[in-house]
Amino acid sequence: MSEKGVSIEATGLTRIYTRGIEEVVSVNNVSFQINKRDFVSIIGPSGSGKTTLINLLGCLDNPTAGELRLEGRPIFGSGKPLSERALTKIRRETFGYIFQNFYLIPTLSVRENVMLPLTFYRKAGTENEADKLLVLLGIDHRKDHLPGQISGGEMQRVAIARAMVNKPEILLADEPTGNLDTKRSEEIVQVLLKLNRDVGLTVIMVTHNQELARYAGRMLEMKDGHISEIKV
Amino acid sequence: MITKFQVAYKNLLRKKVRTLLTIIGIALSAWVLVSLLGFNRGYESSLNKDIDNMGFQLMIMAKGCPYEAATLMLKGGTGLRYMDESIMKEITKEPEVEKITPIFMSAVFDPNKGESGGIAGYFGIEPKSFAEMKPFLKFKKGGWFTDVNGHEAVMGYEAAELEQREVGDMILMPEKNVQFKVAGILERTGTQDDGTIFVPLKTVQTIFNRPNELTTIGIKLTKGVDSGRLEEKLYKLPDVQIVSLAQVKETIMKLISTAKVMVLSIAMIAILIAMVGVINTILTSVWERFQEIGILKTIGAMPWDIFKLIWIETLMLCTAGGVLGVIIALILSRVTDMVMRRVLPYAPGGGLVLIDLKLIIITLIGILCIGLLSGIYPAWRAGRIRPLEAIRGEAGR
Repeated sequence: MSEKGVSIEATGLTRIYTRGIEEVVSVNNVSFQINKRDFVSIIGPSGSGKTTLINLLGCLDNPTAGELRLEGRPIFGSGKPLSERALTKIRRETFGYIFQNFYLIPTLSVRENVMLPLTFYRKAGTENEADKLLVLLGIDHRKDHLPGQISGGEMQRVAIARAMVNKPEILLADEPTGNLDTKRSEEIVQVLLKLNRDVGLTVIMVTHNQELARYAGRMLEMKDGHISEIKV
Repeated sequence: MITKFQVAYKNLLRKKVRTLLTIIGIALSAWVLVSLLGFNRGYESSLNKDIDNMGFQLMIMAKGCPYEAATLMLKGGTGLRYMDESIMKEITKEPEVEKITPIFMSAVFDPNKGESGGIAGYFGIEPKSFAEMKPFLKFKKGGWFTDVNGHEAVMGYEAAELEQREVGDMILMPEKNVQFKVAGILERTGTQDDGTIFVPLKTVQTIFNRPNELTTIGIKLTKGVDSGRLEEKLYKLPDVQIVSLAQVKETIMKLISTAKVMVLSIAMIAILIAMVGVINTILTSVWERFQEIGILKTIGAMPWDIFKLIWIETLMLCTAGGVLGVIIALILSRVTDMVMRRVLPYAPGGGLVLIDLKLIIITLIGILCIGLLSGIYPAWRAGRIRPLEAIRGEAGR
């Protein structure tokens, strides 16, 4: 992993949606920076704009205004939205994603799900990454099972392994424990902490669970599209 | 490493019944297509064989409908017309004529043929000139009769099988109650000769009370001569008509072509229906996996990767359907042959449906092209799915 430095820098990041004739400012002039190897949690009530923010940070969406830099490289800010192709290129080189609903392919085994990103894009040195991650995340004994045959906690571990297989710089987790009970939720956060600590991965986690959010080194709070830092 | 083919294959197994029904739809279209193309080739090939195996290029017959005459020659039948055999002298004078053979076709009703009786064809011939015209005729047992006034017969392969006769057995000509001794049995030729009984010319003329009369004279042309010039000359002979077998073939093919166009239209409709079925199946599958496809893009798949993935699924469906259709066509080719024989006014001997490797490859390539075309729209739609919309569950339909 890279040395300590700025990983993500957002300046005046804004996202406005149109809902019918109404304009909704989901992210309003947000500026902050996240360093490499940080574990940052973003909390806030429903509709506060935290998912929109993580989507902008993860290049899943174009901002309406503002700038975004990844390791000093400008991504958004020229005023022209990036094409889906350009966004995909940035995404697959930089990010790993996990979601509340896991989104595993039900017809593929655990191992095949983890290896799936390599079908489309493969970074150098990822040859044995899938098997290493299965062991690291404690799911290697489930590698030949289908997603329907394992527990929710295990499914999220598979999703994490899938997100990690191409050695991303940043892991974006949108409500990763939203579908899990307290025990499993804690286990998943511990896994993310382990990856942050041992692998040096930058982790940005959106959650509505304040207790879990406190495991992170930094906490940001979204409220009505604005962001503020909370002391941990 | 998991390949796109594995991902596509496993996805098709997700909804097995739907996949199977789509494959069956494609298979039925492929079956119709293979059978039709096989029929086109088989019919023409068998007709060519039938006509070439007649051994002569021109036939002279008593005036009447030329097509009826030609069909009688090919198929056997009743309502024959007769001409005087002295005409043979006039014909042999022509330099374009290499050989001729006189034929007296006769047809009698045989109550023992089939379930409710049928027409049995007896051809009165001169064995020497007839055998010269058809050097490919081989004997399974025995040989030609030698006495042109005798009561001996040579049976075609199927005629002998049907009547269960061996060389030396006696056969009875129905209606006329005349017996013939079997002198020889021919090997199978795959032509109408297989079902014919050949008897001495003079004998059959006497039995039918038509001395010195013929129904047909077969003419073999000298190599390289213009048959048109000879036809012009022969038309000057009184009360005869000249039938060129090349023309007969052309005419029969023209008559058949109308039926071919109709069947081809039906095949095209079947293919269109199968195409719509494929598009529907793949498109439904794309919408069902809307979120999954979005996630694939999140984990690194480019729009072209998604396009290929969906296209591969379409190709797999079409390949499976095409192969199944070809297998059905091969298995049921005899049934198709039988059905065609029932509906066609004239069917030559030999196989009517000819399915060979070239045809199979052409059909499979055709089905794959159809698959590629059918897959374009669903694959394009899938490639355009935006991951954000997928995650939010906003199907951009």
